[in-house]
Amino acid sequence: MSLIARLTERSWEPASDQHAWPDRPSAGAVGLSVYAAVAMVMFALLAAAYVMRMGLHRAMGHAGDDWVSMPDPPLLWINTAVLVASSIAWEMARQAAKREKAVGVSAIASVLGLCFLTGQWLMWQHYQASGFYLSSNPANAFFYLLTALHGLHIVGGLVAAGWVLALGSQRHVRLCALYWHFLLFIWILIAALLVLT
Amino acid sequence: MATTLADDLRPLHHPRSWVTKYVWSQDHKVIAIQYSVTAISIGLVALVLSALMRLQLGFPGLFPAIQPDNYLQYVSMHGMIMVVYLLTALLLGGFGNYLIPLMIGARDMVFPFVNMLSYWLYLLSVIVLVIGFFVPGGPTGAGWTLYPPQSITEGTPGHQWGIATMLVSLAIFVAAFTMGGLNYVTTVLQARTRGMTLMRMPLSVWGIFTASIMGLLAFPALFVAAIMMLFDHFAGTSFFMPTMQSMGRITPTEGGSPLLFQHLFWFFGHPEVYIVALPAFGIVSDLISVHARRNIFGYRMMVWAIVIIGALSFLVWAHHMYVSGMNPYFGFFFATSTLIIAIPTAIKVYNWMLTLWRGNIHLRVPMLFAIAFIFTFIHGGLSGLFLGNVSVDVPLSDTFFVVAHFHMVMGVSPVLVIFGAIYHWYPKIFGRMWNETLGKLHFWITFLGVYAIFLPMHYIGILGVPRRYYALGETAFIPHSVHLANAWISIAALIVFVAQGLFFFNMVWSLFKGPKADPNPWGAASLEWQTPQTPPEHGNWGPHLPTVYRWPYDYSVPGAPRDFIPQTEPRS
Amino acid sequence: MPIAVAIAMLVLGSVAFHLLSPWWRTPIASNWGSIDSALDVTLWICAAAFILLNLFLAWVLVRYRNRPGHMAHYEPENAGLEKRLTVWTAIGIAGMLAPGLAAWAKYVSVPEEAAIVEAVGQQWQWAFRYPGPDGVLGAAAVKYVTPDNVLGLDPLDPYGRDDLLVETGDLHLPAGRPVKIVLRSKDVLHDFYVPEFRAKMDLVPGLVTYFWMTPTKTGTFDILCAELCGTGHYEMRGKVVVETPKAFATWQAQQTSFSQILADMPQAALSIMLIKANACSTPLGRSQS
Repeated sequence: MSLIARLTERSWEPASDQHAWPDRPSAGAVGLSVYAAVAMVMFALLAAAYVMRMGLHRAMGHAGDDWVSMPDPPLLWINTAVLVASSIAWEMARQAAKREKAVGVSAIASVLGLCFLTGQWLMWQHYQASGFYLSSNPANAFFYLLTALHGLHIVGGLVAAGWVLALGSQRHVRLCALYWHFLLFIWILIAALLVLT
Repeated sequence: MATTLADDLRPLHHPRSWVTKYVWSQDHKVIAIQYSVTAISIGLVALVLSALMRLQLGFPGLFPAIQPDNYLQYVSMHGMIMVVYLLTALLLGGFGNYLIPLMIGARDMVFPFVNMLSYWLYLLSVIVLVIGFFVPGGPTGAGWTLYPPQSITEGTPGHQWGIATMLVSLAIFVAAFTMGGLNYVTTVLQARTRGMTLMRMPLSVWGIFTASIMGLLAFPALFVAAIMMLFDHFAGTSFFMPTMQSMGRITPTEGGSPLLFQHLFWFFGHPEVYIVALPAFGIVSDLISVHARRNIFGYRMMVWAIVIIGALSFLVWAHHMYVSGMNPYFGFFFATSTLIIAIPTAIKVYNWMLTLWRGNIHLRVPMLFAIAFIFTFIHGGLSGLFLGNVSVDVPLSDTFFVVAHFHMVMGVSPVLVIFGAIYHWYPKIFGRMWNETLGKLHFWITFLGVYAIFLPMHYIGILGVPRRYYALGETAFIPHSVHLANAWISIAALIVFVAQGLFFFNMVWSLFKGPKADPNPWGAASLEWQTPQTPPEHGNWGPHLPTVYRWPYDYSVPGAPRDFIPQTEPRS
Repeated sequence: MPIAVAIAMLVLGSVAFHLLSPWWRTPIASNWGSIDSALDVTLWICAAAFILLNLFLAWVLVRYRNRPGHMAHYEPENAGLEKRLTVWTAIGIAGMLAPGLAAWAKYVSVPEEAAIVEAVGQQWQWAFRYPGPDGVLGAAAVKYVTPDNVLGLDPLDPYGRDDLLVETGDLHLPAGRPVKIVLRSKDVLHDFYVPEFRAKMDLVPGLVTYFWMTPTKTGTFDILCAELCGTGHYEMRGKVVVETPKAFATWQAQQTSFSQILADMPQAALSIMLIKANACSTPLGRSQS
């Protein structure tokens, strides 16, 4: 039944479809989709705040410019590539027919995820060494905040991956893969926002 | 690959020890009680704070222990606790956890471990909040709205540590409620039993379900605002901190926008009040329907109204910011959207009354509270129209009219529903019946008392008396009668507070001495009343999940042997 | 039966309270009668709804109470009735919204001929500034504030020289002339509110906000802060004196201009102020040291 049909059902009348067990996606998949929506809202709000803060200063007509764009180090691109590789590995794990292969490839994907996190930490060190501190100006502040929150989600994903590797369940591998792709999607949006402004 | 409902019959968590049964429990019923007890406990703290506020407002100068700093701290903590830590936690964490699986025919929530975790995180958030009372400088006195720059600048109580504990507590709360919300939403979507279509769910579930979705989408705004304010406070960033002085010295911040915080806060804040209201709307529909022996009038419209109100509530937030200094042209949009949201809300009011119309009304205690809800919600909802209508809001903003309005729609109406709901489901939850005389006494004092408190408040607001003022002093336009009004309000408030003792006594005493309750004393048709045991045991339904054949509102069906037909009764 | 009686009594009691209570709007002293009218329209429509709905409720509670032999009527839905109720509600809502938006349209449109006055807020007092004969307020910002330049005027801006500063006195306004009140905060959020004027607006640090009005009655009125600004919020008071244009002119002539303040300033204080004015606004390398 379509959503509209379901929400306009005259439920006081005898039902036409008799009580078959409906085919529903797994609870895990639904839960993950809902969580993805929550995280999307959070990052979207930060992006909106970022854009507002960036434009605000010019509109207020202050003499000096408060917003100074940060330069893009090579690490930004390297890390993105690592995350893409990790996603590809998770996708391979997701599609793997045999359980052992799925778990094995997941391990590789997790290691790549760890590399990404390390790379992000290195990027932070690089910026600190170049003098781009958190409180210097809002562009820096947003950069650290966005990457920190994304990084926390990566950590969560790695914890879930660890649990998957321990349990060895194929269904959970699939859920992890989907979550990882979602994090890659978010990262691309963040990176684009940072690079373009 | 899809999983079927048969998945829900897979082995549940089975607690073995007392500790895993009642403390680290993954059973939704236990978690619901844990949420409720914690929420009500912290709510009592907030009630005491409001008593202190009323002592100062009613009898200024009589209590030298209450200084302006303290007063503002009471105001701020009272507000935040009541809205977030009591109402949201009790309605979603308490009622949501208890009712959803039982009303849809599930054994438990779909993620029981995460559900348990959500309660302990909530408890942690309450503990961190309470720590705020004991840090140097005391808790924040910036109002529940926590506006920067004042909340983290000198001149406001708690601007160093109190605000920090508050923000950290809120962030933990958001994490807890994301976990809870994931459970409520996924369970409703995935774990309905055979025959339980979406439109056969009771309105209580619709209200809580919609509120949970809204919470998942709105709490991130509060989370983000809290994190950014923590950064501004401790890391020297300037998300919200403009170029400014503080106590005569220029601060190192510049370029930040206090209005950015307000937009983020109210993007959360407005849906938040509907997150409180919608479960109340859903629950009261069921109370009225059961005790009037009549199906809820216009069920489909009631469901759509809940969903539409939920959706529209994300488009009205800046009606809290008409005089904030934001672009004035926004006022046109937000006034329109705000007044539009009144339409589905009014439909609900009509349908509640049309359910009573041509009904068979039993004036039991839960019904009395439901009727009081209708009366006070009409009043509170109508006063909201004044505030939503942008230009009319200008003189009323930041006066007692606003305080009166939000107390009516948040502090009075949903609380009346909560009382009614507790009386209504008590026999199912505890297997005992409460004392009716005490219940009626509690009802009358509470209902008449809260109206006596808040009706006059609207009028002193229209006069122009501002809110969040420690004292009014000698002000030309404020006649002496206003001081008498404040004294009257304070006395009425204290009487109502004390009368709540009747409720608590009744609830606790009946737990041990109350007569054993019939499993379905009200003759209700919805699924939660058809459990094999009362109180429901672990797993809720015995060896087999129930099958549902009809909607939950088959009351007074012509030709039926009784005046209700349970959802599980097959059609002949 | 008690509950129905109670509801009916509460309706009658509320109406009586409304008619008999001594608390209603202060007598209006500005041109914003349209706000009062919009409130009145809202009130009439809401009062009608309140009375009709609740008296219906009380009647229903009596007529359909449980008694032997009485049964409820089974009726899942009446789409026609619900549609009609929706339409009538929408009409009522539109009826309230229209005058409200009309008044707002005026609120956001400052008349061309409006004079300008500035109110500057800080924790916990008010100060005011008039543009002087050139009709233009000089540039001002928090960064120029010194103990002698309390309102933070840019000493290098020629427009500011003739500005009249009222650092501790009352705000004076001539009756009958529209005025745009420009608002600036030196520290936190505040709000400029005079109940008799009906109009108000927040003061936001880092922004300049405003509202406009035309005072219509002479008299002295209280200025209240209407945005929680800390411990002294309830004591952040001021006074506005509305007087005849002649009296206003006389009063204005007695006020101190910025150039006078500059002239009376000791040399050391003047130097400090000029150094501040010349300094780069925000040294970006500041936190990299």
